[in-house]
Amino acid sequence: MAQVALRNIVKMFDKTPAVQGIDLDIADREFIVLVGPSGCGKSTTLRMIAGLEEATSGEIYIGDQLVNDVPPKDRDIAMVFQNYALYPHMTVYENMSFGLRLKKFPKQEIKQRVEAAAQILDITNLLDRRPKALSGGQRQRVAMGRAIVRNPKVFLFDEPLSNLDAKLRVQMRTEIKKVHQKVTTTTVYVTHDQVEAMTLADRVVVMNAGRIEQIGPPNELYHNPKTRFVAGFIGSPAMNFLPARIVNGGSNLAIRLSEKLSLPVPESRTARYKPYIDKEIVFGLRPEDIIEKRGAVPPGSAAFDVQLDVVEPMGMETMVYFIVDGIEVCGRVNPTAAKEAGENMDLVADMTHMHLIDPATDQVI
Amino acid sequence: MATVTTAAEIGGSARRALRYGSISRGRRRALYWSYFFLVLFVVFFLTPPLYMLVTSLKSSAEIGAVTNPWWVYHPTLDNYAALLGDRQFLTFFKNSAVVSVCVVSVTMVIAVLAAFSLARMGFWGSATLATGVFLTYLIPDTLLFIPLFKIFAWVHDVTGIEFINHWWILIFLYPTLTVPFCTWIMIGYFASIPKELDEAALIDGASYFQVLTRIFIPVALPGIIAATIFAFTVSWANFLYPLAFTTSADQLVLPAGIVTTLIKGDVFNWGQIMTGALLGAAPPLIIYAFLMDYYISGLTAGATKG
Repeated sequence: MAQVALRNIVKMFDKTPAVQGIDLDIADREFIVLVGPSGCGKSTTLRMIAGLEEATSGEIYIGDQLVNDVPPKDRDIAMVFQNYALYPHMTVYENMSFGLRLKKFPKQEIKQRVEAAAQILDITNLLDRRPKALSGGQRQRVAMGRAIVRNPKVFLFDEPLSNLDAKLRVQMRTEIKKVHQKVTTTTVYVTHDQVEAMTLADRVVVMNAGRIEQIGPPNELYHNPKTRFVAGFIGSPAMNFLPARIVNGGSNLAIRLSEKLSLPVPESRTARYKPYIDKEIVFGLRPEDIIEKRGAVPPGSAAFDVQLDVVEPMGMETMVYFIVDGIEVCGRVNPTAAKEAGENMDLVADMTHMHLIDPATDQVI
Repeated sequence: MATVTTAAEIGGSARRALRYGSISRGRRRALYWSYFFLVLFVVFFLTPPLYMLVTSLKSSAEIGAVTNPWWVYHPTLDNYAALLGDRQFLTFFKNSAVVSVCVVSVTMVIAVLAAFSLARMGFWGSATLATGVFLTYLIPDTLLFIPLFKIFAWVHDVTGIEFINHWWILIFLYPTLTVPFCTWIMIGYFASIPKELDEAALIDGASYFQVLTRIFIPVALPGIIAATIFAFTVSWANFLYPLAFTTSADQLVLPAGIVTTLIKGDVFNWGQIMTGALLGAAPPLIIYAFLMDYYISGLTAGATKG
């Protein structure tokens, strides 16, 4: 059990920067998820915590110890790899006990620990098998078991679910969450899947191009993204972005999206957006905030009607796509209310959830 | 009119049936050709050993007689008895065995350690060194023995230690042939082991040496066995080096010994030469037979996704 701290970590591969100055404090027992597109430096950051890569500059602390020059085996960490990395010539039992055997633990204690971990992961009946006789999900459990028996200070997960099929991935995601509730060890988890990040994390770290864009609990990232990148990355389907202009529409401000379409700004946001009157901005609104019109328009919302371009039924909801000034916009409507493609439909935008982005800085205003 | 249609239909259905059968027919034809060439190769490669066996069972008189050379009329084990009772032949055998075992051990220790460091440690110049190892293998051994003679002469001048005409010198000579190739094989094998496997072991608390002994050697066992077979074959069957560097009868190994002692002047003792060659070929055969299963089996399956 330990906290982890990164201080201004930089990693250069030859002359290409992979990580450009990261500061991060991870509390004891916290589940942190590093998320971002491929090449954003999340895996490199994890590997530097593990000691598999050397930081070009900056300091890494595990517990109170500066570990920059400590080899991986002395950092007291355990790592789960994307392709499991099980030792093919050893049984599950031998795989799980390998670390303990290297550290010369007494046989009785090794047995006890392996059996306890096997119980948590429900793999007790697999202990005599070789990895090649296991399914993908079972291999992933063994890889986790190998980490748990060590009882390390920190768990590191490097995209552990990417090799599993979609259904199993959801199942194992829940499994990992359960395991963390039982074995509350500080965990750093890397993924490119924002759903995994949202569901697992105590706090999510969104990374892009070697930097941290935003750190926060999942719901905060969802509701209050600080940058355009975070707004677009968190949430699926992604937030709609439209170039727009703020205009003074008499008593209230309005967002002018096209010749025909202007949406009113709710009164609570007026003061916040006043300095941007008549400036070019980017308007962002999530698909789930564009719904079908049901009776009276609630306060803070704006009704408009559009011609549908594409309609995608998903079962519990239907995605409707329409074009505003050449840009495709997605809405999420009740299947019973959805119209056919080509037809006109009345929609309502919940403007209290809108975001405005300054295109010069890509920061949310 | 009606009959014409029927005929066309029959023709059509017959053609269709023919096409259905074409896959198995193509496969059968491919199999015929495979067997034809396999039999051809078996005949080509097994005829010399068979002739050796036939000749080894004949007496000198029968070998010299004008009879069907492929048939033994009066089989005898005299040649085997003579060779196995001959102290000299047994000395050759012992020399060969000791040299081969030593060479294989030395080679595998050097090759595995070298390949591990070249494939995994990623130090400055490791890629160039790996290519260099392979280039060394391309130098023909006939080019090496004159410089080697020079070196031995120099060592003798400086230290007074005589290297030439001792069987044990082959233990130092053969690795110049076996180490580069075995290292190259092992680099390839080690490179095919997923990187995460050693990273997982390093995090589990293994040192580099433990990664090698606990993970790499067991996982790369098929490759190690392949390299071992190669090293053994080279050191057991090499003819040129023992012929060049050893001369006394008690210092010879099998391949050179059979030829130099059983050909007395212009008298070729064919029966014993063939027997000696057969007995000499037995150990590699036995080793192949035992290790073939390991050689073929793939141990890496299941290490990662797949």
